[in-house]
Order: sequence, then structure tokens, then C-alpha cells
Amino acid sequence: MARTYLYSRFLRFWHWAQALLVLALLITGFEVHGSFVLFGFERAADYHCNAAWTLLAIWFLAWFWHLTTGEWKQYIPSPLHRIIAMMRYYGLGIFKGEPHPFHKSQWQRHNPLQRMAYLSLHVLIGPAVWISGLLYIAYPYWDERGLLGFGLTPVAVAHTAAAFLMLAFLVVHLYLALTTSEKPFGYLKGMVTGYEETHDESLQPSSRGGDV
Amino acid sequence: MRKVVFLVIVQGALLLNLPVWAQGPQTTADHAKFEELNGPFADGPSVTRACLGCHTEAAKQLHKTTHWTWAFDNALTGERLGKKNVVNNFCVATASNWARCTSCHIGYGWKDDKFDLAREDAVDCLVCHDTTGSYRKFPTDAGHPNYQAKQWPPKKGKLWQPPDLANIAQHVGKPTRDNCGSCHFYGGGGDGVKHGHLDSSMHRPDHATDVHMDASGLNFSCQTCHTAGGHEIAGSRYAPQAADTQGIDIPGRTDGNHATCVSCHGDAPHGDQQNAKLDQHVSKLACVTCHVPEFARGGRKTKMWWDWSTAGRKDQHGKPLVIKDSDGYATYDFKKGDFEWQANVVPEYRWFNGEVRYARIGQTIDDSAVVPINRIEGGPDDPQSRIWPFKVMRGRQPYDTQNKVLAVPHLFGKDDEAYWKSFDWGRAIKAGLTAVDQPFSGDYDFIETEYYWPITHMVAPKEQALACDQCHRRDGRLANIDGLYMPGSDRWEWLDLIGWLAVLGTLGGVSLHGAARMVAARKRRKG
Repeated sequence: MARTYLYSRFLRFWHWAQALLVLALLITGFEVHGSFVLFGFERAADYHCNAAWTLLAIWFLAWFWHLTTGEWKQYIPSPLHRIIAMMRYYGLGIFKGEPHPFHKSQWQRHNPLQRMAYLSLHVLIGPAVWISGLLYIAYPYWDERGLLGFGLTPVAVAHTAAAFLMLAFLVVHLYLALTTSEKPFGYLKGMVTGYEETHDESLQPSSRGGDV
Repeated sequence: MRKVVFLVIVQGALLLNLPVWAQGPQTTADHAKFEELNGPFADGPSVTRACLGCHTEAAKQLHKTTHWTWAFDNALTGERLGKKNVVNNFCVATASNWARCTSCHIGYGWKDDKFDLAREDAVDCLVCHDTTGSYRKFPTDAGHPNYQAKQWPPKKGKLWQPPDLANIAQHVGKPTRDNCGSCHFYGGGGDGVKHGHLDSSMHRPDHATDVHMDASGLNFSCQTCHTAGGHEIAGSRYAPQAADTQGIDIPGRTDGNHATCVSCHGDAPHGDQQNAKLDQHVSKLACVTCHVPEFARGGRKTKMWWDWSTAGRKDQHGKPLVIKDSDGYATYDFKKGDFEWQANVVPEYRWFNGEVRYARIGQTIDDSAVVPINRIEGGPDDPQSRIWPFKVMRGRQPYDTQNKVLAVPHLFGKDDEAYWKSFDWGRAIKAGLTAVDQPFSGDYDFIETEYYWPITHMVAPKEQALACDQCHRRDGRLANIDGLYMPGSDRWEWLDLIGWLAVLGTLGGVSLHGAARMVAARKRRKG
């Protein structure tokens, strides 16, 4: 076992700010949607907007960070056989107590399924949320700009659908992040301290280079 | 203590420094000093002749107004409207009932359809300009006050004294709320009957009833908003301005009409302290939609239902039946049928672009459904439309079942054709329709009608304006408004279904996966 520095300070900040904001947005968003009453509509809508602007700012920063540091490469999909290996692990190996088929390192932080999941989070769910969300916020100005010929309905529906996807993603993410590390809450600890216990590199199939 | 004394002194100094225009009447003429007004006056028209001696153009001006003609040419729809030409679902129509209806006309003597609308001395100056509060038109004298003491209601023993015309003439001034209210608060035959947002509580409304007219606050008169020039008053319910996009009214640049909220408050009225979202509602909502959360809020009830079909009943002693509720409001009157009254009424909401289509005398109706007395035009895609609050007056009234026209019942009069004399609908409808040159087939029945009244008065204090969640919730106030997606109120139900199924399915999936892992791990440890 080795202690590897996986999560830089910015990355941890970005992760936790995003976690907090996404949670707040889900709660206030579903209240605005009318699913339950917690803060009351006016405050919920207000909080939702403020949280949305904040998250947008952080996303903007994060995209910039990913592009300038080369971190975006962490999201390049792995070859199919490696994805299948991961799927086999979650579907079979994990029950048999087989070792994790993937080795983490600073430049290989995500397993092949995580790569796919986070890639879709960043290029599908995220943009779906914020494009529909920005249109939603800008709704009062549609008319004066003469921009859009449709009403709020498709935007609201898209935004709601994206929110459901985000919530489903969060469920899976929390399950895997909290239960699949070797030591209880190992991943959680890693995301707090930046360091994660990883297996000795020599015991695992090397993934450096091959995947990228 | 010293602070209090200081404050008292400052307050006193401020009061002493009140500008001269804020004190007392501003007129430069004391009408009590005019010999022409010494009287005695035999009747109303002789007072008017005295007024016209100086105010030479006044009657000519009034002759052009709806207040005088009771006719209104709607430039928007081309319809000829006005009390003279429309049917309603209160007392139904003015034709053939003139002397009773015209007790609220600003003239003298409109007792039949031969009234000379060009007569200058028939204009009643006093009803609008009396400042003594003692001028009253007699309910059945075609707009005249009574000139001798008379009983009203008839045979009830209560004497209605004639007004002192000379004294009133010597004390004329700018119209107050009481002058306008003497007709507009009692429309439909009684206090608050017609409008629901104009009733006797508006003579001296408190802050909670109307923030603008609050007698101990801003104390607006009617003309503060309904600006008047040449006796023409701004603001019309026949052709209301549903959306004022001009912004604050500035002399020389705009129309000088203050009869919209925007003309004083602008189109971004909520200010920086408020949620910016509020101002963004201006493109969809009329101000009054949130700011008049309920009407008939001044402690009076308004009539919401009038069923003429049940009129004419007598009690077990053969006496005409009148039933009153515990607050003294008649719920049944043998002359008029069944009524329903309501206070603090939640309005109904509709898209409205200012265009109103009225059922006019002689117009064919569709009797298979509720007949609209007026139709509110507008919709979500029309940029001139806003969501407005309405009082919807409903009731049942007579119609000709073969010709399919709403009846004009001849109700009032000393002749036996009058319904209130013989209680014979057939005769009353024939006489009424004949009076407006319409045929009557002889067959009549009663049909349900509805009549929309835009609500504009009784603006509540801002703390009582509608909160967001009054509309932004399932089955909120605007649930029946279509054409827009309202967060909190609207949703695609199948999307919610699929969404929650997906989330719950995911949760179930990971739970199963987790449970299976625990079982497998236990087995491994044992094995």
C-alpha cells in the first residue's frame, strides 16, 4: 500500500463546492418544481438562482482549470476491453472479492467507468442543466430580444429532466464513493485530505500510458 | 424627554411651514358670494341655468361624455355600447325602465326614450359638484331630486326631504369621492351590488381597504388617477387599457392619463430592495392581479348571483316575500328573485388585452350554454394581454326562447305591463322588447349568464399583496390560466413519473447491489 496524492487543493475545493451547490440546487429546485414545501416558493426560487450563479462561476473556473492543466485528459474514454473489465468487476468480481482491476495514480485518477460517468456528467448533464437553466433565468428577456419563438415549457421540462438525471447520478456516485473503497470511507477521506491509499503499483496491471 | 420635546417642536415647525397649496380649498371663487346663486331655485334645471351663466361651455362639454350619453362607441371593436345599448345581468336593461335607472344619470328628466340629449339645462351640475353632502337625486324621478318631501321607500313612512338647492349651489366645488360614489358605489341598485371594488366603504376607506384612497393616509380623490379635462374623465371599463407600456406619465410626452398603475409607478415598480423577479412579472400580469388579492374588502358584501327566475313569490299570508341574511342583505326579494352576496371575494383570473365584446340588445345568443354578457378577449401569445382579476357576476335572466335574444324586461312603471306591477313576465318582456323595436315570440325562459368586471380598485397594502406561492403551487390561483408554464404549478406529469421512477430505480439497484455484496462478503469470510 502506498499513499498517493490524488486530489489537488483546487480539485477538492471544486468537488465539495459543487457537491454542496448541487445538493442545494436539487432541494430548492424540486421545491420550485412543486414537489414539496420547505423554504416557501419565493425563498426557494431565490436560493436556487443564487446557487445556480455560484455553481456556474465554479464550473467556469473548473473548465478553465481542466483545459489549462491538462486534467481534461482524465476524461478520455478508455478502450472497450478495460470498460468491460470494470463492468465485469462491478457485476461479478466485487462479489467474489477479486482485486480491483484498475490502478489509480495522479494521472489515472478515474477507472474506465468513472471516466465515462464523469465525462457524461461534464459534457451532457452539466451543460443540459446550465443551458436550460440560463434560458430559464433569461426568460423575461426573451420577448424584448425577440430570440425564441417557444414558451417556457420546453425549457422547464428540459431543466427538470436534467435535474432527475443529476439526482440519479448522485445516487450512484454516493453509493460507489462511500462503499467501494477498501477501508470504510477511504474515498471520502481521500477527497478530504487529497491522499488515498493505493495498491503497490507492481501488483497491478500498469495503466499509465496505455489508456491515455 | 428632551428628545420628545425637540420632536414636538420640530413637528410643529414643519406643520407651520406647510405649503399654501396643501391647505384648504384652492378655488379663487367663493360661490356663496355670487348673486346668481342666491336662489330660491324651483328645480334642478334652474340651478344649471345659473351655473351656465358663467360656465358657458360646461354643458356642451358634458354632452360629449359617456356620463351624459350613456352611449359609448368602442373604436376597438366598432360596437355601440354604453348603458343605453347593452344588456346586463343586474337590472338587465335601461330601456323602458328609464325613470328608475336614470336616477343615476347626470341629467334631469330622462324619463323615456324621447329625452332631449341636446338640452343644456338638463345637465345636473350639482350631483358632481355638491360639497355639502346634502344633494340627493330621488330614486324614481328620472334624475331629479325631489322638490317636496316624499316617502321613500313608498308607503314605509320615512320622509325624504328635498335638498336646499340654493345652499348647495353656493357651496359647489371640485368633485370628491362622495360625489362620484353617490352613483358608482351604488350601481346595480344598492351599496356594492355591482362592482365589488367600489362600495360605500370607499367614501372613507382605511389603509387596508385601499392604500391610495386611505382617508387618513394618501386620501386620493377619484380624479387623482381618473384625470379630468373638459369634463372628460380618463379610464373606461368599456375600453380599458390592459397593458400600459408607456411607463410613468410625463406631461407633454405621454397622454396625461393617470388611470393606470404604470402611469405613476412605472413598469419596474418594485425597486432594488425587492426580488428582481417581481418586476419581471409585469409583462404577464396586471398590477392588480397581485395587489388586489380580494375585493369587497371594506366590510360590505357584493352581489355575486342574481336569479330572476324565482321572482314573484309570496309568503303563506299572501304577502310579497323578502328574506334577509343575518347581516341584513336580502337573499330573496319577490321583485327580483334570489341573490347571493359575498365579502372578501377571491377574483377569477383571465387573459385580457383590453378588448371586451358585449351582448347588445337584439343580439342572437346560443342558449345551449351559459350566455356571456361580455367576452374578455386576449391570450398568452398576445403581447397586449395581461392576466387580470375579475369579478364574475352570474345569474339567470329571461330570454326569448324562439328568437334567442336576451329579454329587455319592462320592470319599472305605473302601467300594468311593468313586471313590478303585475308580476307577469310575458307582458313585461313584450313591453320591454317592443320599447327597443324587437319582436317577441311569446315564449320565454330563463338562462344563466355571466358578466366579467375587471377589478382595479381596493388596492391592498403591499404586505397583503399575493405571495408567490399563491399562484406558484399546484392548484394555485392561476391554475386555470393556460398558455404559460408556471414553476410550482405546472409540470409534465409523465416526466415526473419517469424521473422519480428512474431515481427510485437507481436507488433500488444500488441497494440490491450493496446487499448482495454484503451477503457475498459474509459467505467469503465463512468459507
